[in-house]
Amino acid sequence: MYDSGKIIAGLIIFAALFTSPVWYDVLNGKALQRPDLVLPSKENQKECVAAAEFMRRDHMRLLNDWRYEVVRKGETYFSSDNGKEYEMRFTKTCLGCHPNTSQFCDQCHSYVGVTPYCWDCHNKPRNLSIQ
Amino acid sequence: MSISRRTLLKLVGLTALGVTAEKYVSVHAGSTSAKLVAKAIGAGKRLAGTKPAQKVRLAMVVDLRKCVSEQGCTKCIDACNKAHNIPDFGESKDEIKWIWKEPYQDAFLDQENFYMKDEFKNKKVPVFCNSCDNPPCVEVCPTQATFKRDDGIVMIDWHRCIGCRYCMAACPYGSRSFNWRDPRPFIKDINPDFPTRMKGVVEKCTWCDERVSQGLSPICVDVCPGKALVFGNLNDPGSEVRQLLKDNFSIRRKPGLGTSPEIYYLV
Repeated sequence: MYDSGKIIAGLIIFAALFTSPVWYDVLNGKALQRPDLVLPSKENQKECVAAAEFMRRDHMRLLNDWRYEVVRKGETYFSSDNGKEYEMRFTKTCLGCHPNTSQFCDQCHSYVGVTPYCWDCHNKPRNLSIQ
Repeated sequence: MSISRRTLLKLVGLTALGVTAEKYVSVHAGSTSAKLVAKAIGAGKRLAGTKPAQKVRLAMVVDLRKCVSEQGCTKCIDACNKAHNIPDFGESKDEIKWIWKEPYQDAFLDQENFYMKDEFKNKKVPVFCNSCDNPPCVEVCPTQATFKRDDGIVMIDWHRCIGCRYCMAACPYGSRSFNWRDPRPFIKDINPDFPTRMKGVVEKCTWCDERVSQGLSPICVDVCPGKALVFGNLNDPGSEVRQLLKDNFSIRRKPGLGTSPEIYYLV
């Protein structure tokens, strides 16, 4: 290979520059942290409307379905797999158990870099102490 | 059985002809002009007084003889504005209105009459979304954000609205407003039980669908001090709205357009 010294040096410089944002964060101690969810305390723990495994991956689909049912079909209740009925209201049913959005919703949303725009229009209910 | 080449070619030809003809026929049966004709016939029928079979058809009756708008009463408007987080931008250009007042002659353009009771001449008629039975806004909405519920209420799904404003052009009553600016900073006292809107969506009176779903009347009906507003099921012969319409003479806004508005004004 001709000019191998220059090419390899160039490649090393390119790789260093390309990955510099990662090194910058690592050196500044701001390395990406795993989401740290605050789950309902033991005594407040109730069953979720669906299995945790499902909720973790598909909560947005469930919320989308709820929205469709409530807004367009006028349905109010959701019958869960565990045989219970839940009111299809995010601000009441979901936030009832997970009142702190910054310790729950935002943890994963910031981790994966998504910004849902729920709160552009919806209001956080006044009876819950929500940040 | 063996088929000769000649027969096979004939069969292929006939099949091709059949397929083409079927497509041609079905395309033309569903063409816009055919649909328009069907709609015109439907509208004609409706104007002649027959209603399509429907279990619940919600409607509102406004008794203008009881409404004291000329004395400056704005109770229905105020309650609505507060309940639905309606912003006040402080200028008419960007105004968001769900309920508002029109002078009698403007509200009922086809009722032009120079000589009439003074009482009605000075009347400011409270006007709302008419939740038409044949709503043009629903027809034009490209995303189906605006739609008619089974009980007849014309709704907007704000999640889906893309702000194209076709519905505003289609509505002959001017019932719809557009959020040119972010409304949140202009709402004095936010009601947390109802969402606000965001910049770029259309909004209008929804006959308090959130209350109707809970079995309540719209808030304007509840707060009216003179009980001038009555809300109910038009398809129930025993309902108050039907009784009022049976016993009194009523008019509607621009009925000639065929939209079949479902707010009836008693005069």
